[in-house]
Amino acid sequence: MNYEAVIGLEVHVQIKTNSKVFTRVAAGYGQPENTLTDPVVLALPGTLPVMNKAALDAIIKAGLLLGCEIAPVCKWDRKNYFYPDSPKNYQISQYDQPMCLGGSVEIELPGPARNVMGEHKRIPLTRIHLEEDVGKLNHFATESLVDYNRAGTPLMEIVSDPTMHSAEEAFAYLTSLRATMIYGGISDCDMEKGQLRCDANISIRPVGETKLGTKVELKNLNSISFVRDGIAHEIKRQLAVLERGGTLVQETRDYDGQTGTSQSLRSKEMAHDYRYFPDPDLMPVKVDEGWKDKLRAECPELSFPKQRRFAEAYALPYTLTSVLVWDKALADYFEEAVKLAGSGKAQAVGNWVVNDLLRELGTSHRALSDSKISPAHLAALVQLVDSGTVLTNAAKEIFVEMFATGETPGVIADRRGLRATATDAGELEQWCRDSIAANAKAVVEFKAGKDSAINAFKGPVMKAAKGKADPKLVDATLRRLLAAMG
Amino acid sequence: MAAELFFKSIAELGALLDTKTVSSAELTQAVIARTKAVEGRVKAFNSFDEADALAQASASDARRAAGQARGPLEGIPVGLKDVISVAGQPLTASSKMLANFVSPYDATVTTKLKGAGAVIWGRLNCDEFAMGSSTENSAFGPTANPWDLSRVPGGSSGGSSAALAAGETIAALGSDTGGSIRQPAALCGVVGLKPTYGLVSRYGLIAFASSLDQIGPFARTVEDAAIMLGAIAGHDPLDSTSFKADIPDYRAEVKRRQGPWRLGIPKEYFGAGLDPEVNAAVERAIAFYRAQGCEIKEVSLPHTQYCLDTYYIIATAEASSNLARYDGIRYGHRSKDAKDAVDIYFKSRAEGFGAEVKRRIILGTYVLSSGYYDAFYLRAQKVRTLIRQDFLNAYREVDALLTPTSPVPAFKLGEKSDPLALYLCDIYTIGVNLAGLPALSVPCGFTTGGLPIGLQLIGQPFAEANLLAMARAYEQAHDWHRQHPSL
Repeated sequence: MNYEAVIGLEVHVQIKTNSKVFTRVAAGYGQPENTLTDPVVLALPGTLPVMNKAALDAIIKAGLLLGCEIAPVCKWDRKNYFYPDSPKNYQISQYDQPMCLGGSVEIELPGPARNVMGEHKRIPLTRIHLEEDVGKLNHFATESLVDYNRAGTPLMEIVSDPTMHSAEEAFAYLTSLRATMIYGGISDCDMEKGQLRCDANISIRPVGETKLGTKVELKNLNSISFVRDGIAHEIKRQLAVLERGGTLVQETRDYDGQTGTSQSLRSKEMAHDYRYFPDPDLMPVKVDEGWKDKLRAECPELSFPKQRRFAEAYALPYTLTSVLVWDKALADYFEEAVKLAGSGKAQAVGNWVVNDLLRELGTSHRALSDSKISPAHLAALVQLVDSGTVLTNAAKEIFVEMFATGETPGVIADRRGLRATATDAGELEQWCRDSIAANAKAVVEFKAGKDSAINAFKGPVMKAAKGKADPKLVDATLRRLLAAMG
Repeated sequence: MAAELFFKSIAELGALLDTKTVSSAELTQAVIARTKAVEGRVKAFNSFDEADALAQASASDARRAAGQARGPLEGIPVGLKDVISVAGQPLTASSKMLANFVSPYDATVTTKLKGAGAVIWGRLNCDEFAMGSSTENSAFGPTANPWDLSRVPGGSSGGSSAALAAGETIAALGSDTGGSIRQPAALCGVVGLKPTYGLVSRYGLIAFASSLDQIGPFARTVEDAAIMLGAIAGHDPLDSTSFKADIPDYRAEVKRRQGPWRLGIPKEYFGAGLDPEVNAAVERAIAFYRAQGCEIKEVSLPHTQYCLDTYYIIATAEASSNLARYDGIRYGHRSKDAKDAVDIYFKSRAEGFGAEVKRRIILGTYVLSSGYYDAFYLRAQKVRTLIRQDFLNAYREVDALLTPTSPVPAFKLGEKSDPLALYLCDIYTIGVNLAGLPALSVPCGFTTGGLPIGLQLIGQPFAEANLLAMARAYEQAHDWHRQHPSL
């Protein structure tokens, strides 16, 4: 029998705010244990939550970016359960009225080849709600310690409809969702820091069946690759169970990305009754059209629409657009440089950014924000090449030095003597004559009609010119001299 | 004269302090001495810190000497119910669970009282986590009624009312979730005010039922209550449920505003279970207001019969969640026998909470459970809306309602061992909390046995100034508030 997998993802994204979601203490990562706490975070007797408006702004923005319907009122509920990482033993969350309903994430599936665009589709969302993050438990041999630094960090839970059918789709979904959150300035989505966490609900069913199969929840998928690998592994595991004639049980499984194996954490029988009820400490907050309009105005163009625009407006190939748009800062850098260099130079600018700038950033382990090459300097370099003032090989050298020093390309070209005009025509003609005289065999071949034989003369000329000769001029001079030889 | 300082009002003491007839240090010393003399019998305090109080008093005297006195509460000792946080002082909620807990921060009302120059004095006993009507549910033992030491002072803020009646403080704060300020005020013969929900910040008040809890003052006179309310009222950015209202000068308004008022007598509040002596005292108060030219009108609050059920569903539901944080993990009682995290929860809570608290947590957990939520909690919220509407309907015709505060005067310690019998003590007070309204209790006489009786005035939302003015009109014509228990 043929089976298909059905996958839904629950993604938790920490919102990047200065302070926590219900108190003024700073939110952050990597601080000494229990330093990002105050009486509210620790749930000391008598403390009360007060909503951080920046967190609400962020989830509304996320909802707008993903095309969700935004709830007219932000309502808070208590989710009651006992666990040491939850200081109040209830989590302030949103139950029956999530902030965002519907919406979708546009994804791109892998293309037939790396440099060919793959199929695009939209994965519908069920809901997005806002809640507070919990603390972190650290287990030791005989005791466990709790760090409440993370507790109270604003957290979005983004739930997709169960409409994905492969590990690749899930991978593409997470990649795109992550880019959207980063684009919107909503989260940095660093999975190592727990800023993005993913649980996957996976079931399989015979092809053609419309009812969902028995669902398994996969937890601890702590990188995007592990999400893909974990889902692929789980689909295989479920197929194997059914193929041996076994039955699947509804359970939660823990995936170990290092070993590529999973084990059962708990089964359905241990499901909680969270006793949700509206939090009486927090008043509902009305979200009017003016508020939404203000946030809508702050929403950036997302990566896929940007990619389509780059392809159309700048006539850029997929190989360039697919790299340029994933990082909003890089795309902005590119557009700024094109604006200064002239729109006809988009491809040249794109090549510099994608090939040279990213290479230099990569080898020096620097971020774009630390690059010493401003868009204006890059535009200037492109113009120097375009006008023939600097030749391509020289430009590559100049670029490396610009990256190291932050100087303008003109200054570097002058100091290093890399301007193409350093060579006079008389000198070049003499070098060409010398080269032809030194290679009688190539002359015979060229005369016999082998056009490529002309290349044999170019090396010595370029060597004599120390690389500063214009290849077009060298070619033209050689052809003229060879033709004159009769 | 000096021996009786502790029975004077804030207003009287203010004059003595202003004229330097007495210093805050002397006043505080007198209150401490009085407390030491009678506390063994009254047991109103869970703890007090003499040195801290005297240091605050000296600081107050220094401010006054420097011409920096902060107003009518400057140098006045004020006791706080042991559910209101004071930085560096114990905060026990009269529970074994928090027996050794010291709060690191000030409640907003504490900050405000300190800012007003008051001397924060002592941690006053109450029912455990403010759950009760007699202060017998305290893990540290009951408080006695100063008028009859064999009787209860009321509750849950019984320590506050008893300390004030006994001269162990000049004023006090309590909290009122279903009558916990007004009923003990009535039973101890002092003034107690429960403000409109949202008028006073709850930040730093140990939560029992968040949507019902309000902090309010206990005072010897209505004017003192107005002074205290003026000090603690106002919007607080740390409490989302606190209201952005203009705070009038209550003390001035109380003196300025004169009747006559239109007063409603809710017929449902004068039925079975009402003690005849209490009824008679309230009838005399009604007659007084009528004689003053007030229009007296019978009104109906038809959903009154559902108040108790509604209250015990909403209050316990919220309490079950609010008290979840007392788990022995971060602070508070942790069982010595616990072996793992789950064991810490079970054993610490089993050992740390008293019977009434456990009863309410269990009830509250039940009504929120899957499958019961709609039938209990959601339905109770709907009935709550109807109860509030009853009051608002009545306010189309009258300015305030006049009722007994408690159906009975102070009862014997241990007399009401059945929880339901105790719950019935609150039948005239809980509707006010469900409706979020302001109400106060003012002394209106004594039983033949010498037990105080309280008159309740229930006002329109944020109409505290009116309510206090009405109560003062009555108080000015009577001398109940000038009588003190002999201890």
